[in-house]
Amino acid sequence: MNGKNDKWGFHTEKSNLITLDSNDRSLVNILAEQVPSLNSCFFCGSCGATCTASDDGMNFRLVHLLLRRGELQTVNKIIRSCLLCGKCTLVCPRNVDTRAVIYNLKILIHELH
Amino acid sequence: MSVNPKKRVAVVGAGVAGIAAAVALKRAGVDADVYEKESGPGGHLTRWHALFPGRENAATVLQGFLNEVKENRLDIRTGTLVTDIRKENGLFRVTTGSGECSEYGAVLLANGFRLFDAARKEEYGYGIYPRVITSPDLEKRMEDPATGLLIHNQAPKKVAFVHCVGSRDAKVGNRYCSKVCCISGVKQAIAVREQYPSCEVMNFYMDLRMFGSGFEELYQEAQEKYGINFIRGRVSEAAPTLDGSIQVKAEDTLLGCPLKVTVDWLILLVGMEPGIPGSLHDSLGLERDDAGFAGCRNKFLLPGYSSVDGLFLAGACAGPATIPDSVNQGRAAALSAIHYLNGKV
Amino acid sequence: MNFTEHPAFVFPFVVGMLFIFIYLPVIYVTWLRKNSLADFKTILRSIFTTNTLKAVREIFSECLLHRRIFRYNIRLGYMHMSLAFGWFLLIVVGKIETMVFTHDGFNPPYLPVFFKYFYPSGIPDTFKGRFFLMIMDLLLILVLSGLFLAFLKRFRSRVLGMKRTTKHIFPDRIALTFLWFIFPLRWFAESVTAGIAGSGGFFTLGSGRALASFLPLEDLLLPSWWAYSIVLGGFFFALPFSRYMHIFTEVVLIFLKYWNLATPERQNAYADFEINACSRCGICTNVCQLSADAGITHSQAVYFLRDLRYGTPERPVLENCFLCGRCSQACPVEIGIDQLRIAGRKRMMNAIAPAAEMRPVVSANGEKVDVLYFAGCMSHLTPGIIDATREILTRAGIRFSVLDDREEVCCGRPARQAGFADQARSIIARTTALINRSGASLLLVTCPICYKVFNEEYDLPIPVEHHTVFLNRLMTERPSLFRKSSLRMSYHDPCDLGRGSGIYEQPRSIIRRTGVLVSAAHEREDALCCGGSLANLAITPRQRTLVTDSAYQMLTAGNPDYVVTSCPLCKKTFAAGKREIPVADIAEIARMMLQPEEILHPEKAGEAELESEGQEICQ
Repeated sequence: MNGKNDKWGFHTEKSNLITLDSNDRSLVNILAEQVPSLNSCFFCGSCGATCTASDDGMNFRLVHLLLRRGELQTVNKIIRSCLLCGKCTLVCPRNVDTRAVIYNLKILIHELH
Repeated sequence: MSVNPKKRVAVVGAGVAGIAAAVALKRAGVDADVYEKESGPGGHLTRWHALFPGRENAATVLQGFLNEVKENRLDIRTGTLVTDIRKENGLFRVTTGSGECSEYGAVLLANGFRLFDAARKEEYGYGIYPRVITSPDLEKRMEDPATGLLIHNQAPKKVAFVHCVGSRDAKVGNRYCSKVCCISGVKQAIAVREQYPSCEVMNFYMDLRMFGSGFEELYQEAQEKYGINFIRGRVSEAAPTLDGSIQVKAEDTLLGCPLKVTVDWLILLVGMEPGIPGSLHDSLGLERDDAGFAGCRNKFLLPGYSSVDGLFLAGACAGPATIPDSVNQGRAAALSAIHYLNGKV
Repeated sequence: MNFTEHPAFVFPFVVGMLFIFIYLPVIYVTWLRKNSLADFKTILRSIFTTNTLKAVREIFSECLLHRRIFRYNIRLGYMHMSLAFGWFLLIVVGKIETMVFTHDGFNPPYLPVFFKYFYPSGIPDTFKGRFFLMIMDLLLILVLSGLFLAFLKRFRSRVLGMKRTTKHIFPDRIALTFLWFIFPLRWFAESVTAGIAGSGGFFTLGSGRALASFLPLEDLLLPSWWAYSIVLGGFFFALPFSRYMHIFTEVVLIFLKYWNLATPERQNAYADFEINACSRCGICTNVCQLSADAGITHSQAVYFLRDLRYGTPERPVLENCFLCGRCSQACPVEIGIDQLRIAGRKRMMNAIAPAAEMRPVVSANGEKVDVLYFAGCMSHLTPGIIDATREILTRAGIRFSVLDDREEVCCGRPARQAGFADQARSIIARTTALINRSGASLLLVTCPICYKVFNEEYDLPIPVEHHTVFLNRLMTERPSLFRKSSLRMSYHDPCDLGRGSGIYEQPRSIIRRTGVLVSAAHEREDALCCGGSLANLAITPRQRTLVTDSAYQMLTAGNPDYVVTSCPLCKKTFAAGKREIPVADIAEIARMMLQPEEILHPEKAGEAELESEGQEICQ
């Protein structure tokens, strides 16, 4: 049941559980200090919908949620495809400066790394 | 008119709130003049086909209101726009578009809301693509099954609704929730499915706020009985395809994936905006809330009391409201006005 | 007295002068070593051309006369001119005076500076002597008057057309203090000398006699010349570490500019000369909308350049900028501020951002077209522009396809502006491949942000045209396709189209052809930014709105029917919020003004004719 036969993903390697007690959720607070509008996000998905790089895996809402839950493993890979075009910022109904968040997140990850 | 102006009330707007207020005043023996800018009473109700949550026929409900107008011999000055209201020496002087001036002891503001102009959300293509319409447009179309949503006499195959158009959107300056669009969208989705059973209906929503009596049940009915697809994600933009259908971009936020779908019609559930012109606010010193609706003095103790003594508020001029809300507010404001006229504020 | 005695007080001045004449060449050579061989070849190719003469002319008009500052504000211009040109003439005329007197061109360099000490009466009893005395006094008055204005500017800057003055750092304050004392002390020393000798120029003799009435001049003679020499020497020592470094650096910069050393990347010596040629006059802070509308006063060009000079600008300085180009436009030294800022961001980001991860190019549709229309990502949020452009192209019978119709395509500019150079390069490579597959003969672009990067960073085999240029050409070649109306329109110049690409006239011509152009307070080179610029990475949404509202107010002051622009981002930015006067793109106006089909072709002309006409336009 490997490779292409594993269509339904019977083999899962990682636990699916989000353990909020132990996850590091500090990153989002640092970001929100740099870009206060981040706290206004209500996860409507407009950003992901309009995203120029959405087909390449970019998803602002998802990144934001992953940070909030402390699930950091995939974050860097996702934001690598961001083109910083700023369309997400233009459609955000809560006026979150989404582009600035990704920009600062890139720098933050680099600094922490 | 020989009645002492101090004992008369001007009701501005003959929508459901205005009618309810005027009827209540009349029944209490208080003389009321109702001003209505349109050619007939009924307000936005006249443009609606069916009402949530029971999908009652709007025309029947409207007739009920009109019967009350008739039975109580209400004096509705239709086609009369109120251009100015001023308070001088404890009396309100109401001026109309034709320059007529009358004096009243109290004013009951019930001039409702304006529909959000969907063209302001340019990314949805309203006014650019003919297959993008608003919820009131749909009501009008549904009145006549011969037009409805037919395309070249064929039933539509896919229809999508967009919730929260012009509401909860800082980009158009409206941060508030218009309250009624969620349930309107559910009701209209059912109506489309009922009319065209083979048509797939999708509702793109951010939250579904089923706060009223019977709302949640209708939502459940829409899922169970009508198979409406509720997709949690706000549509970001719409683009036309070669055959004139509309391609919609959204994110399926529950899955975390971008989503594209081509639909025959895109229906925008437009919200409510304040209907009171700024000039009225200025000449009266009427305060507004953050959203621009007429503000009341105290949300808990004095709802319906505007910042101006003797000026009362009813219906959607004070914020998004359903029909039953507006009727209740109309009656409550009428009672408040009577107390005011009797000196028992 | 005889100058051959070398009085001790000349010492501070001589040492300062020696320092400056050794330090400057050394530092300039250090910078020039950053040039590549190709850069030196470029210089060699230009050095023996008329460009060098042009450079000399510009040095005269800008370093001495300060013509550009005069144009900005006449009082401010006079201030700069009187100090620079006045001092320059004091040196030159002073030198001539000594040469005439000593008949020796190689007299010591301190002689002209302290000439009055040695020869209080000047060249005795000749017309020449009296002439020089008068001229030198007049020049001193000229410089002192500029100094008075400079003093005034510190306290009442608005008199000199400045909303605020630049915040100075310590070396600037030191140098400024020395500078302010130089000429008053020169006047004092010369007056004291003239007062003692009882002869001199009309000004210094007059003031010397006045001083003699209440001061023991004899006791003050040497101290006054000492003081003058010390502040001069001190100023020379402080000069390279302060903003006054611009005095000499600007001269070299102008030569380098005319020798074509400026590159967009700012990787050679040119950047060093630019950074050091900033006099911190503060005109950039004055034209910056961030300070005027949004209360942001820490990141303007002057502070960015200052921080760049003394080290690395901090992120808040680097990032809080629209790159709108208003400061570059106003800069009297013509420093390429935006390029320097992008280069600064790039240096910060190089380590951080890997190349973008993107899917490979999928096959483009194979249909042969003449015009490839690239709407750009922003236009998908303003579909009215795309719709209008499509309709115009169709009505004109032009065969076209839309590059980013179904697929999201990025031009790469936003990443580049944010400093992600590698990422921008991979985006550009991908988009180039997409364009090349189309086989079109013209790339039509709606968004000025894309347009600028297509022109500057892409190597495309086909010409790129912004839709303002294209539509204006269409209107010229086929005037019958459009009609004129009485609509009154004001025009907003998008930063990247106007200052960025120099396209001002075509959109205005379109407006004049279709309606009436209402002029606005800030236009063309002086146009305001809409506030939507992607280049600012630090501004808050609220601050943005302040800039936008202020620009919108300016554009609607003439009460037009429409505010017209030619950028989807500007349109979207202005359209947010409730606007009384609608904002439209120039393409939407052009579409509105299309002659109705039934008037244009009452007999319904054949499609073939339309098509052949259309092809001509695309050539």
